[in-house]
Amino acid sequence: MNATTKLAASAAIPLRFPALPIGALAGTSFKHEHLPAIVAEGAQRGFFEVHAENYMGAGGPPHRALEAIRRDHPISLHGVCMSIGGERPLDRAHLARFQHLVERYEPALVSEHLAWSTHETTYFNDLLPLPYTEATLGRVCDHIDEVQEAIRRPMLLENPSTYVAFAESTMSEVDFIRSVARRTGCGLLLDVNNVFVSATNHSFSALDYLSDFPLANVGEIHLAGHAEQSDDEGDLLLIDSHDGPVADAVWKLFEIVVSRCGSIPTLVEWDSNIPDWPVLKAEAAAAQKILDRCHTIAEGHHAAA
Amino acid sequence: MLPPEPHLRSSYSAAFAAALIDPDGGTPAVVTGPSGKAAIKRYNVYRNNVMVSLIEAVAAIYPAVQRITGVEFFRAMARFHIRATPPKSPLLFEYGRDFPAFIEQYEYARSMPWLADTARVERAWLDAYHAADADPLSAATLGSFPPEQLADLVFVVHPATRIVRSRFSVVTIFAANRGEAPVDRIDASVPEDALITRPDLDVVVRHLPPGGAVFLTSLMAGRSLGEAAALALDASPAFDIASHIAGMIEAGAFTAATLEKQDGH
Repeated sequence: MNATTKLAASAAIPLRFPALPIGALAGTSFKHEHLPAIVAEGAQRGFFEVHAENYMGAGGPPHRALEAIRRDHPISLHGVCMSIGGERPLDRAHLARFQHLVERYEPALVSEHLAWSTHETTYFNDLLPLPYTEATLGRVCDHIDEVQEAIRRPMLLENPSTYVAFAESTMSEVDFIRSVARRTGCGLLLDVNNVFVSATNHSFSALDYLSDFPLANVGEIHLAGHAEQSDDEGDLLLIDSHDGPVADAVWKLFEIVVSRCGSIPTLVEWDSNIPDWPVLKAEAAAAQKILDRCHTIAEGHHAAA
Repeated sequence: MLPPEPHLRSSYSAAFAAALIDPDGGTPAVVTGPSGKAAIKRYNVYRNNVMVSLIEAVAAIYPAVQRITGVEFFRAMARFHIRATPPKSPLLFEYGRDFPAFIEQYEYARSMPWLADTARVERAWLDAYHAADADPLSAATLGSFPPEQLADLVFVVHPATRIVRSRFSVVTIFAANRGEAPVDRIDASVPEDALITRPDLDVVVRHLPPGGAVFLTSLMAGRSLGEAAALALDASPAFDIASHIAGMIEAGAFTAATLEKQDGH
């Protein structure tokens, strides 16, 4: 079968992909520049996460690359601009595109952000913050209901990294997220770097946040690098930049989380200043080592009990 | 008077969005730092994220334009464009359609009159890259029609196919500036028409010979092969139909050919 016939087949009948398990695996963001290196290695232990919007074109190399990756690995579909935290109704056309990708690629995980990125007609291409109130809680839940209805499966909601707070907020971020999970039945994507960044920026304890966080609902963990700036008072302000290795403090928090909630699929995100594949792969291997260690300990407990 | 819609009663997004891409806007009153700390630099993180990521999105669509102008010039031009025409869709590979027209009007780019058309080729390149996949029409399929029917054939255009006509040497300028190799001096004043196709994985930009653009745009508009050839011959007396048919098959510009009056039978 040559490439052209394969292509014709994909246009007519969706490709069927194997239902590869993702439990206890570490993965990385999938970047097209890494495709040759990944394909050359063949099937490896691990998964890849893609930003849904990059695969919303009609055809071409992006889909071909994702099909190649998906044949051998589970993938996680990560939406970046659904504006679940926005005040306006969800963009139906965008939701339909998202639903189509879920059907086409059968991802092991599907996630979106507790944030917004569109106001009126302008798309800002950033994950913008929202106040935590009864009104925003109701709307976020409505939006998640709509997404889950469209894709006919639960999604994971990611906790944000933020630089400002809203004076009108009446509840903590963890209370807000817990209520969303309870009301909608969605799972949670715990971004440990986001917790660390927000804890630093808003002067709270990352450990307290994690102790309060509903870990039983967590279906995926994110790790990433951050950058340092300063706020108006000259104090440290962390930027969720995804442009470098995971910080030591974030690795420590990750170990604590995994020791409490077990081996959960864990992704190393790297979206800017993207390194060569072996560097990113090594970061995922470091996460895998922690997941495996925890898994072994858990198995040991299980055997003893 | 009716009460305002619930989502407008206290619009945090309107307040927050107001100054995101406005250089003169202030920090919204609705946001704060912890324990009464200021939020000016904090809010500026969002402004910077938005502007830098959108500039990078424009640069990703127009790498040859950026190489020609230099990074500083390009970023300033892109910033003006983003403020005037921010994206309306979350699909950033669809953004920047108005950028070539913006370049045409941009005061500081007047010394580069060929820059806008170079941008048009780059925009067409990205459209071809993301276009739906389709098998191109093969020479064998075309050859299966009896010669006396050829003039009545109409063609189905491939989803990736684009044509950009220019008074300037846009294909040469585009090709020279999409790579890393040093660029020799180019005579920009030679008119060039570009044919952009993606028969399989790779987008290909070709320089059309005289008459080619009229011929292909006529076919793309649904004219028969005979009509398109006549129009091309009108526009360019040296037009040679055999080489142009071979060229359009090689480029993969169309996916199918049918007899014009087939539906009428």
